[in-house]
Amino acid sequence: MTPPDDTGSGGRPARTPGVRRLAEHRLFWPAAVLAALLLGNVALTHDFFAVRVQNGHLYGSLIDILQFGAPLVLVSLGMTLVIATRGIDLSVGSTVAIAGALACEHIATAKDPGSPPTVLSAVVVAVGVAAAIGLLNGFLVARLGVQPIVATLVLMVAGRGVAQLITDGQIISVSSGAYKMIGGGYWLTLPFAVLLAAALVAVTSLVTRRTALGMLIESVGGNPVASRLVGIRAAGLLVTVYVVSAVCAAVAGLMISSNVSSADGNNAGLWIELDAILAVVIGGTALTGGRFSLGGTVLGALVIQTLSTTIYTLGVPPETTLVFKALVVIVVCLVQSPAFRARLSRRRRPAAPGPAPATGDVAARRQEVHP
Amino acid sequence: MAAPPTPRTPTRTGRPVLEAHGIRKAFPGVLALDGVDLRLFPGEVHALMGENGAGKSTLIKVLTGVHPPDAGTVSVDGAPQRFAEPLEAQHAGISTVYQEVNLCPNLSVAENILIGREPRRLGLVHWSALHRRAARLITELELDLDVRLPLSAHSLAVQQLVAIVRAVDVRAKVLVLDEPTSSLDRDEVAQLFALVRRLRDRGVAILFVTHFLDQVFDLCDRVTVLRNGRLEGEHRIDELTPVTLVHRMVGGELRTLDELAETSHTGTAAPVPADTPFLSARGLARAGAVQPYDLDIHRGEVIGLAGLLGSGRTEAARLLFGADHADGGELRIDGERAVLRSPRAAIARKIAFCSENRKAEGLIGELTVRENIVMALQAARGWTKPLSRTRQDEIAARWTEVLDIRPADPEAQVRNLSGGNQQKVLLARWLLTDPRLLILDEPTRGIDIGAKTEIQKLVTRLAAEGTAVLFISAELEEVLRLSHRVGVLRDHRLVATLPNDTSLTPDRILGAIATGATS
Ligand SMILES: Nc1ncnc2c1ncn2[C@@H]1O[C@H](COP(=O)(O)OP(=O)(O)OP(=O)(O)O)[C@@H](O)[C@H]1O
Ligand SMILES: [Mg+2]
Repeated sequence: MTPPDDTGSGGRPARTPGVRRLAEHRLFWPAAVLAALLLGNVALTHDFFAVRVQNGHLYGSLIDILQFGAPLVLVSLGMTLVIATRGIDLSVGSTVAIAGALACEHIATAKDPGSPPTVLSAVVVAVGVAAAIGLLNGFLVARLGVQPIVATLVLMVAGRGVAQLITDGQIISVSSGAYKMIGGGYWLTLPFAVLLAAALVAVTSLVTRRTALGMLIESVGGNPVASRLVGIRAAGLLVTVYVVSAVCAAVAGLMISSNVSSADGNNAGLWIELDAILAVVIGGTALTGGRFSLGGTVLGALVIQTLSTTIYTLGVPPETTLVFKALVVIVVCLVQSPAFRARLSRRRRPAAPGPAPATGDVAARRQEVHP
Repeated sequence: MAAPPTPRTPTRTGRPVLEAHGIRKAFPGVLALDGVDLRLFPGEVHALMGENGAGKSTLIKVLTGVHPPDAGTVSVDGAPQRFAEPLEAQHAGISTVYQEVNLCPNLSVAENILIGREPRRLGLVHWSALHRRAARLITELELDLDVRLPLSAHSLAVQQLVAIVRAVDVRAKVLVLDEPTSSLDRDEVAQLFALVRRLRDRGVAILFVTHFLDQVFDLCDRVTVLRNGRLEGEHRIDELTPVTLVHRMVGGELRTLDELAETSHTGTAAPVPADTPFLSARGLARAGAVQPYDLDIHRGEVIGLAGLLGSGRTEAARLLFGADHADGGELRIDGERAVLRSPRAAIARKIAFCSENRKAEGLIGELTVRENIVMALQAARGWTKPLSRTRQDEIAARWTEVLDIRPADPEAQVRNLSGGNQQKVLLARWLLTDPRLLILDEPTRGIDIGAKTEIQKLVTRLAAEGTAVLFISAELEEVLRLSHRVGVLRDHRLVATLPNDTSLTPDRILGAIATGATS
């Protein structure tokens, strides 16, 4: 073999300063954006960071963001895995609605709505049906080779209809203390929903990173052809991620309906799939699949929730909320784009080298696109 | 392979058409280029040489606007230039074929060749003119292929040729070719060289990267040698010998030079073992890919596959790995009937397949070197039985050392490695699965001379230890050096299986390829 030369590697090592190293970290930009949004809120509301203890429960804007953000965190969690395989799951919003409808319907028709066994069986039914939805999505994508966006579009549209069928087109209200716990209760001073979401995030990261699941998912998303030739059973992995996504959506659906003690087949989880996709992208997972970051996704979901809260506190008129949100999202995405930052810094320091990313070489281009 | 080099004095008229001075380029963690100079004169073929990872492709990317240099200047016709993107370089008359083929697989060959400058009529694409023009350009290279078919219908070698045709079409002053011959057969190489000579005589300056010494001596006038990101020097080819050139590239480690000398063909034929073959194919076939063929591979045997571009070498091998389904014939492994429904089934029987197309079918570019190396092993274990991180680190460190992968950083993203080093990662992935049959499709593609010798020795050693090897290479010398028997393919048909005794020469194999006869 060719002898190792004086340095032992093809190129010679070059040092990167610590600050740049930090800025290159995957989570740097999502975290920076979240911090900026939170600080912006302090300017608006001076006691924004204040957390009070009342009746042994924590209260405050931060706690609210966590609590109301919990469903989005969960939906985004499942979405991350799906996107990592080069897929997308548009049916999560409908799954949210179906899960809430099933659970409320079950509880409302039960003899003893308040008892834990009733609530438990309601949860089991909702999660079980969601798992079946996930299986169907996975089957369409993995076995029949339907494009994920098309496969899940079917249930996105049909699922809402199913949810309305379950609720008979009405809003079902339930009064069940045990059910209220899921989305509105407190445990150890914290909202139960936050703890539940945190636990699911922790379990998912453990399972993906402590086993080889995460690496195999990234391989299948990064290069499906090569993954087949290396002997990865992609079909099983694909089905798994769609089931996980649907189950996460179901738990989110339970939280949402429990919080308001009712199920609304029409509006529960409406457009949450889009927020979730956005959260995943802000978190640094590329829509082209491959490397994923669950931590980034959690930050991304919190960014979106904080944004919604901000819009609320700002008192933006309802008819302009969406435009405002869209503008902020565009700014956030631009800030995260290395190409855009390079352009910006070139404008500021005209002499600095660093033209926009190249187009001639895919490897180089991908390098530029993903943080 | 080399015709005796035609001695000619390069027509050096005045100043260089392209000149780079003091180029420096650092990537996070790696200083890829450090003060490199390059001059290209009109009407010369200039070789750019160096070991894997020396910085050749990076230099080309800096010259053509893919990467901005950290320092240094590039000037064209004496005027300093700062290309912000490859398109600008193209407009300035520099056209480039990059090392990794960068075309659109789902567009037709014609579209790929003429995209961005399609003939138009009333603002709409004039399709018949497009096809005619593409076909004419293709025939200039004496190729015969349907320009209407999607590019993905063609082999990697054809794709490489299409990329070249595309580059040549632009009115160019400078043509840059980064390892254009790495998967071509001698016929295509000869045609490419003829084309390059025509362009040279028209006054085009050609920058040519290759790891084949004979091609350099055959075609080039001068050479710039890079070593470890630095400029070693610029030399006239007629003042060098292959040995002194290698010396300049590697910095004079004698071991490599010795090995270079002993690479002549000695005839490795052994009597075909009498025991049950490890693998035996009878009438194995797949419509449109390969005609029914019979092949036995015994333990410890190296079978070479030779044949022209598109003759079905890869297709034949893919059937043995379950990468494609055979639609006829039968396969026996250890004497028992086996149906390989997927690569996974083949891997379970300890068959490994190292694809020729490392970018599309081999590497997972975004993942690290470590992850790419352990991937086959991990996939075989399933996701519930992860290799511990310590194990992975050990494996990666070991193979990085064995194959001398540079930079020796297992956490580097594999897509940032140089082409040759990527190839080594792919080899490591399969070698470590300890296969009983190792199918190597162009394993030395893009690999430098030192590493190539090392890989050839590795194959010989594996065979001596009892591994069966199926070795596919466009380089007949290499096939002859390693194989016990050589299968010859022609038009998707296995026409002969020749024992590799001393009478077997590249010419005899070429004869078999040409006539389809066995002697
Ligand atoms: N985008 C990148 N990011 C980080 N490192 C890179 C990148 N591109 C190249 N390198 C590093 O720069 C060095 C030079 O690579 P380059 O591709 O120029 O080598 P080469 O001479 O073309 O080798 P080969 O013969 O294997 O093609 C290598 O160490 C490589 O790992
Ligand atoms: Mg290269």
